[in-house]
Amino acid sequence: MAKGTIIRFDISAPKIAAKIKAGQFIILRVNETGERIPLTVADKDEFAGIITIIFQVVGKTTALMRSLNEGDTIKDVVGPLGKPVEIHNAGTVVMVGGGTGIAILHHVAKAFKNAGNNVIGIIGARDKDLIILESEMEAICDELIVTTDDGSYGQRGFVTQPLQKYLDERYDIKLVYAIGPIIMMKNVCNLTKKYNMPTMVSLNPVMIDGTGMCGGCRVKVDNKTQFCCVDGPDFDGHTVDFEELEKRNSLYLKDEKTSLLFSIK
Amino acid sequence: MLEQDVKYLKFKTYLNTYCPFCHQSFNVEKKDHKQIEFKAKYKGEEIDIFLSPYLDVFDSETSVPVKDGEFLEDLMCPHCQKSLISPETKCGECGSPVGSVIISALSKLVPFFICLKKGCEWHGLTKADERKIKLKIPRQDMPEQDQTLRIHNHQEVPYGFTTELASLEAGRCLQCKVPKCVEGCPVNVDIPGFIKLMREDNFDGAAKKIKERNVLPAICGRVCPQESQCEEKCILGYKDKPVAIGRLERFVADFERKMELVKIPIVKNKNNKRIAIVGSGPGGLTCAADMALHGYSVTVFEALHELGGVLTYGIPEFRLPKSIVQFEINFLKQLGVRFEVNHIIGTILTIDELLEHFDAVYIGVGAGLPVFANIEGESLGNVFSSNEYLTRMNLMKAYRFPEYDTPMPKGNKVVVVGGGNVAMDCARTAIRTGSSDVTVVYRRSRNELPAREEEVHHAEEEGIKFKLLTNPTRYIGTDYSTLKAMECIKMQLGEPDASGRRRPVPIENSEFIIECDMAIIAIGTGPNPIIFSTTPNLKRNKWGYIDVNQETGETSIEGVYAGGDIVSGSATVIEAMGAGRIAANSMHKKLSGTKEKEKEKETKK
Repeated sequence: MAKGTIIRFDISAPKIAAKIKAGQFIILRVNETGERIPLTVADKDEFAGIITIIFQVVGKTTALMRSLNEGDTIKDVVGPLGKPVEIHNAGTVVMVGGGTGIAILHHVAKAFKNAGNNVIGIIGARDKDLIILESEMEAICDELIVTTDDGSYGQRGFVTQPLQKYLDERYDIKLVYAIGPIIMMKNVCNLTKKYNMPTMVSLNPVMIDGTGMCGGCRVKVDNKTQFCCVDGPDFDGHTVDFEELEKRNSLYLKDEKTSLLFSIK
Repeated sequence: MLEQDVKYLKFKTYLNTYCPFCHQSFNVEKKDHKQIEFKAKYKGEEIDIFLSPYLDVFDSETSVPVKDGEFLEDLMCPHCQKSLISPETKCGECGSPVGSVIISALSKLVPFFICLKKGCEWHGLTKADERKIKLKIPRQDMPEQDQTLRIHNHQEVPYGFTTELASLEAGRCLQCKVPKCVEGCPVNVDIPGFIKLMREDNFDGAAKKIKERNVLPAICGRVCPQESQCEEKCILGYKDKPVAIGRLERFVADFERKMELVKIPIVKNKNNKRIAIVGSGPGGLTCAADMALHGYSVTVFEALHELGGVLTYGIPEFRLPKSIVQFEINFLKQLGVRFEVNHIIGTILTIDELLEHFDAVYIGVGAGLPVFANIEGESLGNVFSSNEYLTRMNLMKAYRFPEYDTPMPKGNKVVVVGGGNVAMDCARTAIRTGSSDVTVVYRRSRNELPAREEEVHHAEEEGIKFKLLTNPTRYIGTDYSTLKAMECIKMQLGEPDASGRRRPVPIENSEFIIECDMAIIAIGTGPNPIIFSTTPNLKRNKWGYIDVNQETGETSIEGVYAGGDIVSGSATVIEAMGAGRIAANSMHKKLSGTKEKEKEKETKK
C-alpha cells in the first residue's frame, strides 16, 4: 500500500495471530534504541500466522519502519493488548472511521458483520490519497460512504455529515462505533449525544508498556481515571474527556521533532 | 605487644607468620585447611607444633600430646632450626617464656608472641583484649562517588569494599554459635559461615556459600534492606553497629564475578517435568534457578522486552547496574532456563493453557498497577506515576534521549510525592537529569519514612529537599495543561493506626503552594488486572492480591503457585525471592512426591 505516507505491514507473529481479536492492539519496538509504540491490528490471518498493521508516517519510529524492506525483522512485538471489542448482534451498526483509523475499523466492522449485523460504513480522510481499504470495506459493509475534506474523492466534507443524515433518516441504528483522530471522535460523540445513540470509541493515548504498569495512558472516562491499555482501548464515547486526551497526547510533540532531527543528523 | 602494633593486628585476622632470623614463612597450606607449623622441644624430644592461623581460634596442637599447664622447653624455626625464644619478653598472663615470630598484617611487620605454656592463650593479646579490639573496629563504610560528581552521571554510587576493608569488616563478626542474623534473612543465608570463609581469605568459597541459599547475591547485597533484616538481629548491634553483612555479601559476589570464578553447576537427576514461571523479577528468577537445579526444565515468560522485572525497569542504574542483572540472568540461561520475552501471560497464553503444557506454574508478576491519590489535576501533563517515570528512564533509557527514542520527562523544579525507596529513586534520578530543585513530599515525619536510611542519606547528600508532614491536595496547571504548582496541606501525627504507625491528620486551613513544573507520584502500587481478568477462578484476598497458602505458595488452582508482590503487595526484592524459594520447595515436593507414588503403584502391579 504505497499511497504516500500510509504503509501496510504484514508481520509474522503466529502466537499473537492465534489470539488477537478485533479492537486489540500490539506494541512494537523497531530496534534496540527504539521506543515502544502501540498499534491496533487491522487484520489477522491465524492460519498463516500473520497480523496486519497499517500506519501513517508521523514520527521517528514510523519513519524507521518505512525504511524496512520485505523480509526484515522488527526487534520486539508484544500482544495481544487491551480488551477486545464486545461484538454482539445489535441489528444495524454504523462504523465511522477517519484516516488510519479506517484500518482498525475494518477489523472491527468485519467482526460485527460476521456476528450478523447490518453494517453501514462511513470512512473519511483529508484527501483522496489518504483513503485506505475502500474495496475491503465495500466488501464488508452493506452501505459505504466515503468523504474527503477537500472533495477530491467521494462526498466533500466530514464524516459527521453523512452520519447525521443516517441518524435522521434511519430508526433501526442501534450503535455507532467511531475510530480516528481525536477531533473526529469528539465530533461524532457530540453528534450522537443529541440522538442519545450509544457510541463506542477506540482511544489511542501515549503508552509505554501497555500492560497497565506505567499509567501513562490514563484517560478520564465518566470522571474516573482509567488506564486505556487494560481498561480499554474502547470506551463509551459519551463519557470520555476528549479535551484532556488531546492535551495529554500533545505533550511530546516537541520531543518528537528533536528525535527526528537527531536521526537526520 | 605495643599498642600501635595491636592496631595492625586487628586489621587482618588471618596471620602470615615469618621467622625473625631466616624470614621464611611458617604458614603451610594443607588440603582442607591452613596452619602454622613450628618445631618444639618437649621432655628433651623434638616435636611438631601446629597453630591455626586465626586470631580468634588460637589453640595449638602438638604431634606428641602435651597437657594443659605443661611447658614446652623450646620453640624453633623448622627451616633454620634457630630457637625463637625471646629473652626480653615474658608472657603477659603467666610470666612464662615466650617464642617470638613476625607476622605481616596490612603490609606491616609486627612482632607476635606464642606462650610456651600449653593452654595459655596469650600472644600479645588476651581473649578479653581481642573482644575489645573487635568492638573497637568501627563498622566500615564503602568508598563512594563524591556527591558533587555523581549527580551528573548515572554510575553506581558506592564503589564497594576493597579486599582490605572487607577483611577488616569480616573480622568484626563474633561468629555466634546460635546466629540470629540467619533468622533475620528471608532465605536463611549461612551468614557466619560465609564470613568465616572470608576470614580465611577464601572469598570464592564465601560466594559459593551464599549461593547455596541465595542465587542473586550481587543484587541482594545492593538492594536488600539489611538494616531491618539480618543486620537488625546482629548481636554486635546491641553495643555497637552491626556487622555490614550486606556490604560483605556484595563484596564476595562482585569478587566472584570480576575474578571469573563463577561456575555453572552441573545439574544431575534431570527429569522431564516442565515448569512455567510468569514474570522474570527476583521471585521468578529464584524459583526458576531452584527448579532448574532440581532438574526440571524451566521456561520463564516476561511481558516486557527486557528480563529482570523490577530489577530492570524499576531500580535505577546508579543503585543496581543493569550489567549485574544481565550477568545473573545469563547464569540462569547457562543453567538451562529458557526465557521468553514479550509474552503477556493471560492474553497470549492463559494460565489454563500453560497448565496443559507445564506440570506447574509459578506466578510472580509483581504489583505493577500505579496508585493515584485521585485528586484534582493528576492528569495534567508533567504529572507522572513513579512507574512511568522509572520505566521511561531505566527500561527505555530515556535519559539518553535523543540517542534512545523515548522522550525524557524533564522539570526544573520537581516534586516527588511519597517517602519510600521508589520515591528516593525518582528524586535521585531527577537530580541526575539536570533538575535544579528536587523536593520529596511525605505526609508523615522523618521517623516514619519507609525508605532505607542509606537511601535517604544519599538523597540528602545529593541536595534533595524533604518537606515532611505535608500532603498534596491538588495540582494546578497552566493554560497549556502542564503543571505549574501544587497545593499542599500540613499534617500532624495522630493516634497509631493498624500498621502501628501514627496516622497523619491534616491541619485545617494550612494549605500552601509549592511551585513546580514536574510531579512524580510514588505512593504505592496495586495488583495488575490482566492475570485476574483472564483467570477468573484464581481466588483473590481482601486486598485484591492472589490468595495463597503462606507455607507452600499454592493458589486456589491446583498446580499454580504464586509469590512476591502479587501476593503480599509492594514489598522487597529479597521477600519476593523468599516467596519464590518457598514455592519452588513445595512444587518440588509435590512433583517428586507424585513420582514416588507412581513408582509405588508400579511395584504393586
